[in-house]
Amino acid sequence: MSPLLRIDNLETVLHTGSAPVWAVDGLTLHILKGETFALLGESGCGKSMTALSVMRLLPEAGEIIAGSIRIGEEDLLLLPEAAMRGVRGKRISMIFQEPMLSLNPVMTVGDQIGEVLKRHFNLRGLLAQERILEILNQVGISDASRHMTEYPFQFSGGMKQRIMIAMALAGEPDLLIADEPTTALDVTIQAQVLDLMRDLQQRAGMAILLITHDLAVAAQMAHRVAVMYAGEIVETAMREDFFSGPAHPYSQKLFDSLPGKAKRKQGLRLAAIGGNVPPLSREFVGCRFADRCDHAWELCHEIAPRWSVVASGHQVRCHLFNKDATQGIEGPEFPSRGLEAGVHDLERSEGDESQPSLSSESRISHPCLLSVTGLKVYFPIHKGLMKSTVGYVKAVDDVSLKIQRGKTLALVGESGCGKTTVGKGILQLISPSAGSVRYNGVELVGLERNRLRKMRAEFQLIFQDPYSSLNPRMRIIDIIEEGMNALRIGKDSNAGTAGDQSGVPKGRKVDALLDSVGLPPETKWRYPHEFSGGQRQRIAIARALAVNPKLIICDEPTSALDVSVQAQILNLLKDLQANLKLAYLFITHNISVVEYIADEVAVMYLGRIVERGSVDEVLDNPKHPYTQALLSAVPVIDVESKRQIIRLRGDLSSPANPPTGCHFHPRCPHVMPICRKTYPETSMFSSTHTARCYLYPPEQDPE
Amino acid sequence: MSFKPVILWTDALVYLLVAVIIVFAWYVRRNEHLRAPWRRVIRSASGMVSLTVLIFFIAVGLLDTVHLRPAVEKSNSANGERIYSVDVLSLFDLIAGPLRTRVEKTYSAPFAAYLYARETVELPDGKQVREFPRLEFGGAHLQDPETQLVADVVRRAGAGGGVGLLLWGVVVASLTTVLARRDGKNFLPALFNIWRGTTEVPWKAICGMLALILLLLGAALALCGYYHIFGTDKVGQDVFYQSLKSIRTGLVIGTLATLMMLPFALFLGIMAGYFRGWVDDVIQYLYTTLSSIPSVLLIAATVLMIQVYIETRTELFDTIAARADLRLLFLCIILGVTSWTGLCRLLRGETLKLREMEYIQAAQAFGVSHWRIVSRHILPNVMHIVLISTVMDFSGLVLAEAVLSYVGVGVDPSTISFGTMINAARLEMAREPMVWWALLAAFGFMFALVLSANLFADAVQNAFDPRVKILPAKAGILPHRRRREESKGKSVSSTVEDSF
Amino acid sequence: MLNYIVRRVLYAIPILIGVNLITFTLFFVVNSPDDMARMQLGIKRVTPEAITKWKQERGYDKPLMFNDTEEGYAQFTHTIFFEKSAAMFAFRFGRADDGRDIAHEIKTRMVPSLAIALPVFLLGLGVYIVFALIMVFFRATYVDFWGVVLCVALMSISGLFYIIGGQFLISKLWHLVPISGYGSGPDAAKFLVLPVIIGVVSGAGASIRWYRTIFLEEMGKDYVRTARAKGLPESIVLFRHVLRNAMIPILTGAVVVIPLLFLGSFIAESFFGIPGLGSYTIDAINSQDFAVVRAMVFLGSLLYIVGLLLTDISYTLVDPRIRLE
Repeated sequence: MSPLLRIDNLETVLHTGSAPVWAVDGLTLHILKGETFALLGESGCGKSMTALSVMRLLPEAGEIIAGSIRIGEEDLLLLPEAAMRGVRGKRISMIFQEPMLSLNPVMTVGDQIGEVLKRHFNLRGLLAQERILEILNQVGISDASRHMTEYPFQFSGGMKQRIMIAMALAGEPDLLIADEPTTALDVTIQAQVLDLMRDLQQRAGMAILLITHDLAVAAQMAHRVAVMYAGEIVETAMREDFFSGPAHPYSQKLFDSLPGKAKRKQGLRLAAIGGNVPPLSREFVGCRFADRCDHAWELCHEIAPRWSVVASGHQVRCHLFNKDATQGIEGPEFPSRGLEAGVHDLERSEGDESQPSLSSESRISHPCLLSVTGLKVYFPIHKGLMKSTVGYVKAVDDVSLKIQRGKTLALVGESGCGKTTVGKGILQLISPSAGSVRYNGVELVGLERNRLRKMRAEFQLIFQDPYSSLNPRMRIIDIIEEGMNALRIGKDSNAGTAGDQSGVPKGRKVDALLDSVGLPPETKWRYPHEFSGGQRQRIAIARALAVNPKLIICDEPTSALDVSVQAQILNLLKDLQANLKLAYLFITHNISVVEYIADEVAVMYLGRIVERGSVDEVLDNPKHPYTQALLSAVPVIDVESKRQIIRLRGDLSSPANPPTGCHFHPRCPHVMPICRKTYPETSMFSSTHTARCYLYPPEQDPE
Repeated sequence: MSFKPVILWTDALVYLLVAVIIVFAWYVRRNEHLRAPWRRVIRSASGMVSLTVLIFFIAVGLLDTVHLRPAVEKSNSANGERIYSVDVLSLFDLIAGPLRTRVEKTYSAPFAAYLYARETVELPDGKQVREFPRLEFGGAHLQDPETQLVADVVRRAGAGGGVGLLLWGVVVASLTTVLARRDGKNFLPALFNIWRGTTEVPWKAICGMLALILLLLGAALALCGYYHIFGTDKVGQDVFYQSLKSIRTGLVIGTLATLMMLPFALFLGIMAGYFRGWVDDVIQYLYTTLSSIPSVLLIAATVLMIQVYIETRTELFDTIAARADLRLLFLCIILGVTSWTGLCRLLRGETLKLREMEYIQAAQAFGVSHWRIVSRHILPNVMHIVLISTVMDFSGLVLAEAVLSYVGVGVDPSTISFGTMINAARLEMAREPMVWWALLAAFGFMFALVLSANLFADAVQNAFDPRVKILPAKAGILPHRRRREESKGKSVSSTVEDSF
Repeated sequence: MLNYIVRRVLYAIPILIGVNLITFTLFFVVNSPDDMARMQLGIKRVTPEAITKWKQERGYDKPLMFNDTEEGYAQFTHTIFFEKSAAMFAFRFGRADDGRDIAHEIKTRMVPSLAIALPVFLLGLGVYIVFALIMVFFRATYVDFWGVVLCVALMSISGLFYIIGGQFLISKLWHLVPISGYGSGPDAAKFLVLPVIIGVVSGAGASIRWYRTIFLEEMGKDYVRTARAKGLPESIVLFRHVLRNAMIPILTGAVVVIPLLFLGSFIAESFFGIPGLGSYTIDAINSQDFAVVRAMVFLGSLLYIVGLLLTDISYTLVDPRIRLE
């Protein structure tokens, strides 16, 4: 069968700054008709540039300098621009990562879809109207006739992505390029969109080039998979082959760095890939992964590997699989391993003694470090002539939780559920509207400013965005010392011994801190922009540790990072917890991270905790329908398992106007009349496991 | 010759500004991350060429800022007490003494040897004729201007230009030597690098501009001793001298007005953005109110009032210069007060954005005081906005001065400025034949100053504003990359990241 | 939406009061009426009687804020503040030094001012947008590069030069239109051509460059890429998608100045001898007619505030995000 799309030796360059960046370097791939082809890779590896090259929609600074891109028999790179416009939107359509930004804000949705019909089918007026309605129905937008006259801002993120898909479908393309189509969406919405895409593909028989960084998404969607690293494809295989036995060391590392329950249960550290993706402006000699590869030998640094065939349709660009190159080192020494094999391998190599055993008995006896009861954070809504308060956004509504010394509580929820506000409310960065936050028995709410300030050394914060969490105008040493100066840490300790208070000891403390987060001491003289995302996150951790806190609130600390870097940070956090007896409140939406790091879990929905318990209880035996749906929506790599998947309807409601009764009832598959009336009471399943749902009998004797 | 130094108000502020710039430059040199955007400025050809021009303007302006009162020789000073002249002169006035003192009767055209107006002259034989009399100074050395003038001008201009080019040669040679020594190269290759324009700093463009400036300057200096190269005005003053004097007024207004408003804008803008709530409401009210008065009207009204204030209190000032200077200062203050609102609004918006940044929240989580958060986190991160708006405002202020002086609410009529020059010359528009040179000289100098300031501001903005993306010229043919198979070589880590 | 507009109107009131206080302070507190009289009469000829007479003629002979010679309300109403400042809210501007009623002058002089300012505004907006679009269409080529250079050069030329140069070239050298003057009816056209052209040209550099920046910023957004990915030709991308979004900042920026058009242009009007509000103000400044200047400051601020209000309303018209929320 002749392929639908065939890319040969594509080279794309970005002219930025001083040196040109070879974003795509000699990429070759083909996609068959009706096939989903997943292009996997971490950020900056050139996968988006590949997609834009196919569409010939590179940014101004980009240029395709070599290669060919054929669709059918036509070479797109030879087409004049006018003819290329006939291809875009008609034969190849594309959807983008950010649905919020990718739609024109001042045009109605119907007009934006209609443009495609007019351009490619010359459909106008009523005929076009009908077709638009049909397409909107196809992508699952109910009440399409009303929605087509609405503007993009009136839709939620998931709906916008549906509209993007509708726009792409309008041209009835042979190939749909989806560039991280669900990365900006919540898991439950992601599941809906992925379902829709799979469904449409089967009906329309179009091919999809799916660009993603998420192994699990690829596992669920793709027929074939290619892994991209530093501008080139390093491995390509059928889905089953790839997920049962990734061949390239980079692919294997990617699998090993995924956090999850299995790894926590075995007390394993995650496999992190040292270093970073090399800058693509540099010249490469030899294998591009060699510097970070555990299996590299001299040859890898000298000669770039060519394609080796592992099995039929499974090729890899690695010397390990090249019979001529490896000579003595035959295949068996380095078998292509499955996931399980990888895990066992790791256990052997990295059996870390300092790792605490995570047995469930040790969990209960610890005294409670932080206890939050009935925390409420309301933001007033001003409206009307005099800006009077007409209501409240109940960002956090009656949240209670406890964290024990040295333990991790994960607070899980989708975006907008108020989990970040809980963190800030606890730290008193936002003053709570009601409730109490007791740290070590001291009530923090309403504590006088000076006394609160003294307490601040005890609890610290790590943020999501490593780029905005460090002041770009301060050196690392100043960033780390800021908290020490503000809270007079380090000054008290050496005030009596040395006259020079700010001298050596504090400097040595900074060195020690940097060392503890895995950075060399000389980095303290540098500025944040010289570091990569993962390194910045390490610095942010060092900054928090500088004041010797006992509790750290981690607000999505790894969600902006690639999986391999995420693994480094999670390992670091675990080590620090073991050594310093830290307690974490881990705020995240990523279930696999929760599985790996948490001792206890609390699931939040629209400002309230709907279920909480130990990690095993909640994740293995979820009680609340929302928890069940959330867990089932998480894509998994395991291709064999055919799980029962609960699909939620609709989107998260607005916290300004939550549904009456149980907030979850509009989306709940088990909804009962009573759910619409009053919010359910707590039901207990064990001493630690509780949920708030009418499906279960309420607790007998409330605390 | 003895003198008494005089420091006028604007002088003091100019000195302060120079000191601030020097301290700032010293501070920037020590901080790599601050140096990086300046390096981009230095690499921009248009920016550096305009800076070269600006430096000449600034040099004239600074010379004109050092004021003094020369001693007057009094024949009957019995007690040896020195009496100082009531005229306040600047260093520039002393250097350009001949230009200042050689005043004709009235208008004369550029390079003219005769007056522009007929005069009744009494001939030796007692007859009276109406003719164009010879100028007292311009072209006075010529026997017969009709025949000699052109040749003389060309000869002198050529000689002056030649000296200028010679000087240029010396400058370029020493520059090349310095560059060669720094890079450890020989003289010729270094020169060749400059010629081909492959140096990091666009020395080729700078040298080209410098050649032009020195050529013109040499010719002008050689000529201005013998001719009025831009003619003379109604009272016979040399227009070239006036144009040069106007530079200081333009520079002072362009810089001091901004200097005046910076404290307001910075303090109020950051306060409003950082504290929000009622502080924000009050400050917003303040600047909305101020900015709702059309600025020309506000300036006009304020200057009128200041005028009344000064004129009813003449006893406060001991020299005319001091009075004129105070009016200049007030004009700067008024321009500053009416223009701080724009920057204030920008800073408020940026601060609102910044205070949501996670590093500020981290600082708050440490209990860092508001004052320290503002000074360590917010202030350094808004400085680029301040810098950009300062350089962007400069040219607008120079242009505004001309308009305001024309309206009659600008500088004191005794202060020489582009505005007063234009205002005076405008009245002669209707004159037949027209007196055009004063206008053209004023506009020409102003254009050169404002254009170079604009280009420099552009370069600064491009370097500092993260939003401005420089569209790189698409290199159609890239220098073909060496193929990978070529030879083995060690991979050089180009960023910090790779070293650990 | 109505709520929103009413709130903006209410917000304008304290600002107007603020403006009034500023002008009052400027005109009557910085210098007492005595100072102004002395200044106007000339320092030498001043006598106490002359000052009193000068103040009486203009009604400046009352106390500033509080009149203790009167009783009841008159304690407050028979003051300079009430008669001169508060009266402005009722558009009672008083008389100019030449004895004419300022309010009447303003009414008659608005028309000529508008006759120049409105064409300059409309023509300018159209021309600038077209040129900016051309430059954006040819971005990263020589057209764009030299366009920007030309804009910077145009920006660097003093507005006075455009007027003087234009008058010299077109009127004096080529004798195409009269140098200055103003007529009514169809006769006015020949007097208006030159000022309008000069008005448009003198604003060209800055505006075109500014619009170009707005367009370029808009071009960099994601939805533009989406539009291209649909296969739309560049002209449609530019005109239908980019222009419509860029018009939001452009229009709202332009709407602010619409009411101010009534004030006319100070410099152009006085150069071209057009009897509008601009030249009226200039004359008042030159003859130090404080009453007129004060009236114009108040009027100018009032018009600006109306402009702000119109901006808010125009936002709701062009931006569906504000209209529908």
